[in-house]
Amino acid sequence: MIAEHFPILVILTPLLSAILIPLVGMIRRQLCWHVAFVASHIGFLISGWLLLRVRDTGRISYWLGGWEPPWGIEYVLDDLNALVLLVISFIAFMSVLYARKSIEAEIEPVRIPAFYSIFMLFVTGLMGIVITGDVFNLYVFLEISSLAGYALIAANRKKEALLASYNYLILGTIAATFILIGIGYLYMVTGSLNMADLRERLPSLYHSKVVLTAFAFFTVGLSLKLALFPLHVWLPNAYTYAPSVVSAVMAATATKVGAYVLLRIMFTVFSVEFDLHVVSITSILLFLSLTAIVAGSVLAIAQTNIKRMLAYSSVGQIGYIVLGATIVNETAMTGSILHILNHALMKGTLFFVAGCVIYKTGIKDISGLKGMARRMPFSMAAFTIAGLSMVGVPLTVGFVSKWHIALGAIQADMWYLVPVILLSSLLTAVYFGRVIETIYFSKEPGAKKSGSGLNEPRGRAGVQEAPFGMLLPTLILAALCIVFGAAASTSVSYAGAAARLLLGGM
Amino acid sequence: MDLIVGKYNYWIYIALMMIGFYAMIAKGNLIKKIIGMNIFQTAVFLFYISIAKVRGGTAPILWEKAILYDNPLPHVLILTAIVVSVSTTAVALALIILIYREFGTIEEDAILKMQEIEPRRRTDSQQ
Repeated sequence: MIAEHFPILVILTPLLSAILIPLVGMIRRQLCWHVAFVASHIGFLISGWLLLRVRDTGRISYWLGGWEPPWGIEYVLDDLNALVLLVISFIAFMSVLYARKSIEAEIEPVRIPAFYSIFMLFVTGLMGIVITGDVFNLYVFLEISSLAGYALIAANRKKEALLASYNYLILGTIAATFILIGIGYLYMVTGSLNMADLRERLPSLYHSKVVLTAFAFFTVGLSLKLALFPLHVWLPNAYTYAPSVVSAVMAATATKVGAYVLLRIMFTVFSVEFDLHVVSITSILLFLSLTAIVAGSVLAIAQTNIKRMLAYSSVGQIGYIVLGATIVNETAMTGSILHILNHALMKGTLFFVAGCVIYKTGIKDISGLKGMARRMPFSMAAFTIAGLSMVGVPLTVGFVSKWHIALGAIQADMWYLVPVILLSSLLTAVYFGRVIETIYFSKEPGAKKSGSGLNEPRGRAGVQEAPFGMLLPTLILAALCIVFGAAASTSVSYAGAAARLLLGGM
Repeated sequence: MDLIVGKYNYWIYIALMMIGFYAMIAKGNLIKKIIGMNIFQTAVFLFYISIAKVRGGTAPILWEKAILYDNPLPHVLILTAIVVSVSTTAVALALIILIYREFGTIEEDAILKMQEIEPRRRTDSQQ
């Protein structure tokens, strides 16, 4: 009975908890985290159930208020967004787990209820973007998540974070307004806002200038949102100065959702035929994503701050997601969708570890990590796993998605893409190799003073690991990097189904 | 001629949008950027409202004498978008207040200059 309302409940749970948290916070501030924990846990369970249901019975359509689409707002779950929804709710769940200790250290106690409340709003927005089948509803959720995102970045009230948040606000608003213009143009010529309905009505209008302009506005707006290379300028500062858990959750979900919307607009609202033959947007995006992959990696090598390095590496990885989509065949698309999942796991782990290090030692520079393997062995093991995964070492998730993208490129006779992917993997190996080398093989700066090495009690005495609450989600994500890398068949079959869905009958 | 006079609503929308967009990007004062943002968004709202007009239509309120109604849907959409715009402005102004407290100025150039000096000072003190 209640199960048929799950598509709306998955949005309502975090939304209602966002209202409940400040109220609970008035009574007991400590309880706020528990509310957020329970809400995100429920969200995760429901999205898990929804994914299984979609695999069983196919597309689920939920009519809000019982109004029949295209008049009413429709929530749709299919192979693609059920998967993305699960990724988001899972990362949100892990982040709430992580946030408890991490936020206590970074934010004044008075503002903790507000933080959790805004955090849940952010999650609501992201999940709403993913689940909705209505383009205007998508815009509203996009703004909910963006506004919450601006507040989250500035939550620690650091000088730099305020500026980063302001810049993101300006660019984010430009992006969202462009999307709004695009929606307006589409509505003007079709009179519809429902994605499935638009798909049916648009083909006869493909050569209309209004539709072309709408598509251009969508593409530019979304590229800003997902930080595709020349439009990535807001991202590094925002990720570097935001509170640790916010960097993690944004890097793992916000840009992924942007990529998801781009896929939706390109392949569901418009069709493959339009992308390839009418505007050849794929070749433009192909060029941009290649630039993103190489430039992101090169810029990451130049960084000394850990979080900033990870942020630039995100720019490169977003390039992979877009690249897979622009090759336009099933294998590459599978790789692209897998990379949404895999990159969320990898970047989540990496930012979690960076947060653990900052929590325990306050170190933000890579050079400060010397000998960290002895002090924080578990965190550093997680960092190494995720780092290797980013490089694309077999048996990790990074390998699976890169393999599919490369394979897809070969199938599409785009051989020249393979060297670029390899080159970027090498560059990734350079900047992660440098960090891993510092962690394991550099002597601690204080080691000479404290003793002559041999007599020093090794192992346990020097261990200063992050608190369990932060370590647990980090290790879970790191473990999943291996699980989904070694036993990839499940995730590949899910992503494959989503890819077939996007490419239609191709 | 028809292109200019017949579609004047679009020309107004485009002009306003460009004014707002220019202010958002080119102005150095943080408040002026927000003013630009508001003009930019309002231009889009006007565009939505103008496409809702049906020639000879009345306001979309049930009325027995009415033959044609304007399309109410864009009006409703824009109501939502106005709320979004107001909240964005509120968040932006809150950020500007915090920035002003930290830096003592809301001129972008001055803030950037301060940020350039600061890391240098930090490294100096370390040496």
